Amino acid sequence: MKRLLKGGRVVDPANGIDGVHDVLIEDGRIARVGRDLPVDDATVLEIPSGLVVCPGLIDMHVHLREPGQEHKETVASGVASAVAGGFTAVACMPNTTPVNDNANVTLLILAKAAEAKLAHVYPIGAVSKGSKGELLADIAELKQAGCVAITDDGHPVATALLMRRALEYAGMFGMPVIEHCEDPSLKGDGVAHEGFHAASLGLRGIPGAAEALGVERGVLLSELTGSAFHVAHMSARASMRAVRNGKDVGVRVTCEVAPHHFTLTDEALGSPIPYDTNTKMNPPLREAADRDAMLAGIVDGTVDVIATDHAPHHYDEKKVEFDRAPFGIVGLETAVPLSLDRLVHSGLIRLPRLVELLSTAPARILRVPGGSLSPGSPADITILAPDLKVRIRASQLRSRSKNTPFDGWELRGGVAATIIHGRTVYVNPEMGSGVI
Amino acid sequence: MSTTSQELDQKQAVTALRRKDLLGIAELSPGEIELILDTAEAMKEVGTRPIKKVPALRGKTVVNLFFEPSTRTRTSFEIAEKRLSADTLSIAIGTSSVVKGETLADTALNLEAMSPDMIVLRHASSGACHFLSRVCRSAIINAGDGMHEHPTQALLDAFTIRERKKQLAGLKVAIVGDLLHSRVLRSNIHLLTKLGADVWVCGPPTLIPTDIRRFGVTPTSVVEEAVRDADVIMLLRIQLERMEGAYFPSLREYFRVFGMTEERLLLAKSDVMIMHPGPMNRGVEIASEVADGPYSVILDQVANGVAVRMAVLYLLAGGVEHEEAA
Repeated sequence: MKRLLKGGRVVDPANGIDGVHDVLIEDGRIARVGRDLPVDDATVLEIPSGLVVCPGLIDMHVHLREPGQEHKETVASGVASAVAGGFTAVACMPNTTPVNDNANVTLLILAKAAEAKLAHVYPIGAVSKGSKGELLADIAELKQAGCVAITDDGHPVATALLMRRALEYAGMFGMPVIEHCEDPSLKGDGVAHEGFHAASLGLRGIPGAAEALGVERGVLLSELTGSAFHVAHMSARASMRAVRNGKDVGVRVTCEVAPHHFTLTDEALGSPIPYDTNTKMNPPLREAADRDAMLAGIVDGTVDVIATDHAPHHYDEKKVEFDRAPFGIVGLETAVPLSLDRLVHSGLIRLPRLVELLSTAPARILRVPGGSLSPGSPADITILAPDLKVRIRASQLRSRSKNTPFDGWELRGGVAATIIHGRTVYVNPEMGSGVI
Repeated sequence: MSTTSQELDQKQAVTALRRKDLLGIAELSPGEIELILDTAEAMKEVGTRPIKKVPALRGKTVVNLFFEPSTRTRTSFEIAEKRLSADTLSIAIGTSSVVKGETLADTALNLEAMSPDMIVLRHASSGACHFLSRVCRSAIINAGDGMHEHPTQALLDAFTIRERKKQLAGLKVAIVGDLLHSRVLRSNIHLLTKLGADVWVCGPPTLIPTDIRRFGVTPTSVVEEAVRDADVIMLLRIQLERMEGAYFPSLREYFRVFGMTEERLLLAKSDVMIMHPGPMNRGVEIASEVADGPYSVILDQVANGVAVRMAVLYLLAGGVEHEEAA
């Protein structure tokens, strides 16, 4: 079976392509990319001008909550949310109940993903058994079952020694260690960024230095071991400095930034809704200088990846006093509009760089298929509508949870359609019928 | 935060609190603050009568919902409510459903189903009153939320200062103690700066909130600088458990560096007022000689608390029967 995507602007930074091309799909794989390809016996999909065809987006940091927290999200609802957000693949964090520290949990997640037949799911295993920070998890078993990286996300790896061992051991399998960077003693019982706004609202603070200490530790240990170290959800300017310095001297460090950290600041804690628990995440929304450092890192290349840290929570859990609410917001369905609006339309970066951040780089870091439209690759394709006017509506999200601070936001840029293995799995209803 | 001329004009016009709740001083205009203080003067007179009761809140139901232990504030609110003839009931944690795992929202909605007019809330979480005001139709009065605000304390402090000094503008007020964890501090710096006082705050650097200068106050860790030529010195409670957080080494050392002694008092103006929101730790933030001395207005603060809370309750309830009350 052949499909021909005809006439869109194709952006594929891995192959240096940015221009009007056709994409031929054969048996779920990319067959050719080129100008005016012959139709032959292919089904033609005309791509309206103004739309962008790019390799499928990959979110390397999501919480799918299954097994154990299905009231927040399931693998099925999570991948439905993913494809609606333009993601053809997600990597899911191991802090489920039980923790994904063995093949049984990994295989369960993969079975649920196969059943859902939407976005690809790449499980990430735990660094330590139960993510308790004591004994290493069976990392070879996790790898064999399908895990693509390891992390104790939600918490930092307990000690420098364990982190060293994890880097050395996982390095044997070419798996990166992904770290939730944080010094627990400096974080204390903090619930918001330590700054003027937390001081004013009487919220206990978490200084940026708590994160940067964890980043510095990881960079040093990556240098010591020669293994790949990836900083999750980076938020503080001192962390950016540490990654930049590490890269300058050749350390194998990479990092990701979440859309909320390049969009919002701690001012959101008090306004427009004071103490809105949807402004509570870890790491916290930081001050303007930190937000600007995230933008600068995206522009200068220090930041490798945009990842959402999609963290669904049930409304009961968020409808409490600020300091009792869990950390985190959903992100899969708001990432593309925020990225296009805040990064591309603001003039900071161009589309090929955005595709690199959302597709090419995560595929490279996790060593998973996709990230390019090279012939032979799976036909995982996202079609972007960079000029679509998008209004975020929390109630309309496909995710089982609606915890977003962006409800009601109007943004420029969205997803037109999502194609996985050549099959269209999502069409944005806002595009009007028959357009895609 | 300086008072603009527009705000001063507004002050003439303000005759009612056109708001559902009293969540904090941060939201109040200088005119609204003056209105509460003026109304409290009339309320104070009620307390001097042989029959200390007016019918202003007759038929209104006020629930005092206290999730933290409190003697002074709760008693003060209860007396204020009774003097205004409100029907009142007080719920303290331990006797409520909270121990059974009920959420704050559910507790409040269940109370609200019985149609109270006002809920006076004391809670350990900052923002609990904002949260409740979004959930409930009843008026919410903040009786202290976490480290955020304690607006009626700041109002009674201002009332007490105004009684002695006539006005707050131009006064040097030094606030000394645990600034970081204090809701009294936050309400007071909003109120005092809005009314034009020169506010100095003092404590060890470990107990000074981030970016405190942005509140329009002068921070220092040299207590002598803070109290020099001060018109008012407010001391904040030092909690024992702060030693465990390594904020300072010992109570003895705290007293040595920051304790308000008669000697340090000599640096202040000769008519200085010594204030403390209570409960006091004698020999920690304040020497007994100072607490019991001639400059102390600590018990006046407590007495004025009733009048100020009557004013707040009355104005939030509508303030329409003003003549009747006064």
